[in-house]
Amino acid sequence: MKLLRSLLALALGLSLGLAVTAMAGENPWHVLQVLIKGAFGTRYDLGMTLFYMTPLLFTGLAVTVAFRAGLFNIGAEGQLTMAALAAAAVGVLFPNVSAGWAWLFAFSAAAFVGGGWAAIAGWLKARRGSHEVISTIMLNFIAASIASYVTLYVLKNPETQSPETLAVGPGYFLPQIPGLGDSPVSGALVCGLLSAAVLSWVFERTRWGFEMKVVGQNESAARMAGISVGRVQILAMTLSGILAAGVALGEVLGSAHRFKLGFSPDYGFIGIAVALLARGSPLAVIPSAFLFGALHKGTADLDIETEHVTRDLTLVIQALIIATVSAEGLWDIWARRRNIKIKQKGAQAHG
Amino acid sequence: MNVVSSLAIELRNISKSFGSGESRVFANTDVNLSVRRGSIHAIVGENGAGKSTAMKILFGMQSADSGEVHVFGKSVRWRNPTEAMASGIGMVHQHFMLAGPHTVLENIVLGCENSSAFGILDTKKAASRLRELCERYSMPVDPDRAIEDLPVGVQQRVEILKLLYRDSQVFILDEPTAVLTPQEIEALFSNLRRLRDEGRTILIITHKLKEVLALSDEVTVLRQGKTVGSIQTKQASAELLAEWMVGRKVILDVKSEAESNPGVVRMKVTDLVLDSNHAMLKNVSLEVRAGEIVGVAGVEGNGQSELLRALLDPKNPLSLNSGKVELLGHDVSSWSSSQIRRLQVGFMPEDRHRDGMLLDESVELNILLGLQNHPAFVSEIPGVGGVIRKSALKQALERAWVDYDLRPRQSGIPGRSLSGGNQQKLVIAREFEHHPEFLVATHPTRGVDVGAIEWIHRKLFKARDQGTGILLVSSELDEILSLSDRIIVMFQGAVVAEFSRGNVSAQQLGLAMSGGLKGGHA
Repeated sequence: MKLLRSLLALALGLSLGLAVTAMAGENPWHVLQVLIKGAFGTRYDLGMTLFYMTPLLFTGLAVTVAFRAGLFNIGAEGQLTMAALAAAAVGVLFPNVSAGWAWLFAFSAAAFVGGGWAAIAGWLKARRGSHEVISTIMLNFIAASIASYVTLYVLKNPETQSPETLAVGPGYFLPQIPGLGDSPVSGALVCGLLSAAVLSWVFERTRWGFEMKVVGQNESAARMAGISVGRVQILAMTLSGILAAGVALGEVLGSAHRFKLGFSPDYGFIGIAVALLARGSPLAVIPSAFLFGALHKGTADLDIETEHVTRDLTLVIQALIIATVSAEGLWDIWARRRNIKIKQKGAQAHG
Repeated sequence: MNVVSSLAIELRNISKSFGSGESRVFANTDVNLSVRRGSIHAIVGENGAGKSTAMKILFGMQSADSGEVHVFGKSVRWRNPTEAMASGIGMVHQHFMLAGPHTVLENIVLGCENSSAFGILDTKKAASRLRELCERYSMPVDPDRAIEDLPVGVQQRVEILKLLYRDSQVFILDEPTAVLTPQEIEALFSNLRRLRDEGRTILIITHKLKEVLALSDEVTVLRQGKTVGSIQTKQASAELLAEWMVGRKVILDVKSEAESNPGVVRMKVTDLVLDSNHAMLKNVSLEVRAGEIVGVAGVEGNGQSELLRALLDPKNPLSLNSGKVELLGHDVSSWSSSQIRRLQVGFMPEDRHRDGMLLDESVELNILLGLQNHPAFVSEIPGVGGVIRKSALKQALERAWVDYDLRPRQSGIPGRSLSGGNQQKLVIAREFEHHPEFLVATHPTRGVDVGAIEWIHRKLFKARDQGTGILLVSSELDEILSLSDRIIVMFQGAVVAEFSRGNVSAQQLGLAMSGGLKGGHA
């Protein structure tokens, strides 16, 4: 049923999005073809789709973890910014660490900073009662400011005009995945897939996953059962931040090899859409992230291939999918209609 | 018109179902009900028997799938309660529909305000009419007091006055005695009799058979959405009604075969003090020994919830300002709830939906709740943490099916799909998985079927006889009286009286519960 709802939401969101293009004077069939060709046309296109999928996998999981504990992490964007900055800083400051474990060293720094950044919001929520939506939004702004400062004044690459840091040492580079036409998709994708699998196990089989679920569903029952609600909230937020830090793997260590200001086209926010479509299941985050990655890649060609619509269409479709997924009432209406029909049929049969 | 006109209410073959397909639930199947004008008619049945649904249909809150509703001989089909009220039907809901911050008068005129030109409220006229009603029915209330400052018994009076103000001819009362002391119940009953003698019709939904026998003229019993039968109360007995309700013979008053044999102290609290906005504990001291049941009587909101919180989470400054809590020989005054839950103690929560269940999760996960640190259910793996043992959960569920008669015997179904009685059985089964040496049983039979009540009482006696110390908190006086070896009474956060088994009547308890008996330590 969950799957059906997600698929229907998807189809509905996509159709509505294409309807918008028709209103703009495009042939929706043509737009759809451009989308599909752009996302999967060549091996390179597929590689780019997977490349965009990688960070969305991590942010989608990050939002999913927080959701499970009843928290809405709007701050994955800030967490991944801080984490990517930390990974780049480690790579720049210790360039000579030899290959093999260097990436793990950089990721540890990223996870520490990203997790810590999220933990601030978790602590404020658990101990001071500040709503995590407000505090994570605020922390996003602070993270963006810190990133600008460090990039422009501390680790600036003097050889270029663009706002980016110096390159990390070559030992930090993550290997590319071969056979995808030189697209920058790296081992980070494998890490993301493994994270989804491990998280799924944690959710289903461990006490820790159970405690998060209880806190997310019924705080009062959690207290009665001897679960420390505040502790679980802080830990869930921290884990969420650590997962958001995974973005640094693909973006810093896997492709750019440095921190570029504004590298993220709002991966943190698209992660919310990814998580909503996956409806709380870490494994469902995989296809969901793949879809949003494809959407991101596919719409890139719209600027050239069509006259009236641009790549901003991806935002429209994302918004429509979120709206249709979260429109719980819509499904109830649909279910009721169906019941009435069944009843009428039954009545006819009896009459 | 000759026969029909003597009937105030008639339900004919009312059917109503919810949901669809496999999850379709039939709340009412051909329910029939005839209520004579000027009578008190009780409707009894277990939880889920369809009483509330039938009344909601009568009151216009829900519409029937099929069947007819007749009011004073006329066939009606209401779309909303407003239409029902306009025809003289009024309802006092179990959870009162009053606006807390507003005054009595404001609540009473709400929905039928008299206004003069330009929509200015004519409060003077309303106030004088209310005063008149209060005097005529000797139900004194201060019209200018805010509802939230009034005791529950008085709030209920306001609800009844609301209906009188609208001159309702048919009164539907849903479980009206749940929150009242025996004295308040008596006052309510005499008011209801008076309303009947004036020619009004009273419909009372209840599960307390004693009250049915004491108050009503006629009884209709529902079971599983169907009318089992109607009978003149004079010809009925509690045993007969219970049998109709459950569908088999039921023992209403479970007695323990064995005498209690108190052993070592399992729980002891000394001078518990809590002073916050609403909650209060005043120097509460109390002990429970192995093999005894100590009942805590009191009108709800007199410190029972605070006492429980102090036992569960004494470290939290919100639950306790000062005082000493000892459990199973440990001084736990500075322990957190997760530490306390590792002891061999069980807690049956006062509100199982709010505090004791994950309604959307499987029965297995509901069993795990509170047992997540128990080595039988979670293996500790170094470096990984606790891993849930699914097989152990499944076994515990199967034990609950067999030992606790939990139904349906189906794994993986959500907690929500169990009936109230079975949810309570699940909670009990789970808490006994702790093999508790001390058990807190709060409202153990609230919202539980008559048949299951008998069973739960037996289980508590059995645990007591095996040496568990039990603290029983209940607002059902009969339950307190029949189960407890000792009874303490709480009033406004203090222990005001203590009695031993057999040395107290319901009347004495009621007096103590309303603060009328001070220092009655026996």
